Amino acid sequence: MKILVPIKRVPDPATTIRVLPDGSGIATDNVKWVINPFDEIAIEEALRIKEKQAGSEVVLVTIGQSTWQEQLRTGLAMGADRAILVKNDGYLDPLALAKIIAKVAAGENADLVLLGKQAIDDDSNQVGQMLAELLGWPQATFASKVEFADKRVTVIREVDGGLETIAFNLPAVVTTDLRLNEPRYASLPGIMKARKKELKEVAAESLGLDLAPKLKIKSLTAPPKRQAGRKVASVEELVSVLHTEAKVI
Amino acid sequence: MDEVQDRDIIAAVRGFVEREVIPFASDFEHRDEYPHPMVAGLKSLGLFGATIPAEHGGLGLSFATYARVMEELSRGWMSLAGVINSHLIMAFIITHHGTAAQKEYFLPAMARGDKRGGLALTEPHAGSDVQSIRTTAVRRGDDYVLKGSKMFITNARNGTMLAVAAKTDPLAKPAYAGISMFAVEKNDAGPAVGANLKKLGYKGIDTCEVTLDDLAVPAANLIGGAEGLGFKQVMSALEVGRINVAARAVGVGQAAFETAIHYAQQRTAFGKPICEHQAVQLLLADMGTGVEAARLMVANAARKKDAGERCDVEAGMAKLFASEACAKISLDAMRVLGGYGFMQEFPVERFYRDAPLMMIGEGTNEIQALVIARGLLARYPA
Repeated sequence: MKILVPIKRVPDPATTIRVLPDGSGIATDNVKWVINPFDEIAIEEALRIKEKQAGSEVVLVTIGQSTWQEQLRTGLAMGADRAILVKNDGYLDPLALAKIIAKVAAGENADLVLLGKQAIDDDSNQVGQMLAELLGWPQATFASKVEFADKRVTVIREVDGGLETIAFNLPAVVTTDLRLNEPRYASLPGIMKARKKELKEVAAESLGLDLAPKLKIKSLTAPPKRQAGRKVASVEELVSVLHTEAKVI
Repeated sequence: MDEVQDRDIIAAVRGFVEREVIPFASDFEHRDEYPHPMVAGLKSLGLFGATIPAEHGGLGLSFATYARVMEELSRGWMSLAGVINSHLIMAFIITHHGTAAQKEYFLPAMARGDKRGGLALTEPHAGSDVQSIRTTAVRRGDDYVLKGSKMFITNARNGTMLAVAAKTDPLAKPAYAGISMFAVEKNDAGPAVGANLKKLGYKGIDTCEVTLDDLAVPAANLIGGAEGLGFKQVMSALEVGRINVAARAVGVGQAAFETAIHYAQQRTAFGKPICEHQAVQLLLADMGTGVEAARLMVANAARKKDAGERCDVEAGMAKLFASEACAKISLDAMRVLGGYGFMQEFPVERFYRDAPLMMIGEGTNEIQALVIARGLLARYPA
């Protein structure tokens, strides 16, 4: 089975994010970049599938600048077989990203595209769904368990109010939720092996796709500062404040 | 040398330390509990093979990269660098002086962390003065029988074997010519490992007294296969130990500095963050400069070692300077944190208690000064 894992480079979740004064983006100095945690879970799941199904191949793909190689190398060090960097400097909206991934998936003859349900930077949660539509493949989002029997996949998904089990045939798109697995660390021997693995670069404009954004980011603002709490003297006062001021009861 | 790869390796170790060490280090340390989960992490990272050559199953890291890795580990918890240090000193001795059979038998298992070594050199009455050890080894058939006791032995309990220095010829003149090294694997017969010694710092890790009570060791485990080579074998590995200890000092110094500079921006006094008070700025500038200078000295000694140059003076200087700087920085960090620095809720008190080990371990700083002075006098004859 060939598994394609698209990954995105995002600021480390532990980084303090500062919005630029003009609201055009975030300050990137002193930001540590990592693989989007949901994509890391997708890599881990792909590696576990590969460990169970001999002869499988795990191919990583990312869309961005040359520096994004760093995250591909981390994925290769975890155990992926090879990686593709689709080079692009400007902003791409979720649909453009889905189009690129669809093209790569078709070119690679992938059986499965496994990716994070969303990236933790803008939390769009759109690429997986759009990708399945563009490819005409079945999709399962928010997977918390993935199982295979021949070419048939059974996925348990986390939905509001419980778990849903769905089954479909490959090829397919699966997006990963937090509880699917706990990703492994890249070992140091893994890091050394990664340097010898194939990392191919392709220019985004060479793919012959319409990548013009349909979405425009107008401005970013930091969330409002959290207000200090307030102490009330009695239960009566609490109920009264919740009723008259907060208007929640 | 592959710079990108080295950077990735250091970043991976840093990530491990941030996630698996820093949040838990003080708890283990205050309980003086061996950090089994962290050591398992070191094993799965592959760090037990850090400087073991690739042809023997190790990572074959340069000493420059190894020093940075030890710094990162010590930035989380200095004791972890101790788990690796004497293991790799033993591996270094086998790599450079062992017989082909010894390399084949020990090194791949050591690189995996399945066999874990230590160094049993120091005795109750002999530390820096290695030649005065009293442990003896007497040939009897296919074995040597070892008798004596060793002190302050790191990894004695949780390791599986020790490189033991013993006198095969107690009457040899000069005395060092009578010393031999043995790779002693622990079994039911011994060596006997005493209770974990209680320490000021460097806690969690096992430091024990070890007794060899007529313990039979196969002659095949005499390192290098010939008697009387032990002293030179040990001396050749001491630079590795010094670089390790110096790198630990850089890591602890960095951790103390970071704690202080973050705290100084959050704590206010007299209406502004204390980092805006000049008295605190002077401390921060001094601390940052000390760490930077120490790191560069360690890097320089490691680079010389990598190039195959003699570096006893530079390694000694790095160890001396970095450990003294670390002690001062950890105390300065306590000044910046004030009362909080003195409390166990902050890690500064741990850095302060850990710092003196680097002034004492792998040859006291006074011995370093002698080595440096002798080296300099030889280098600058009148």
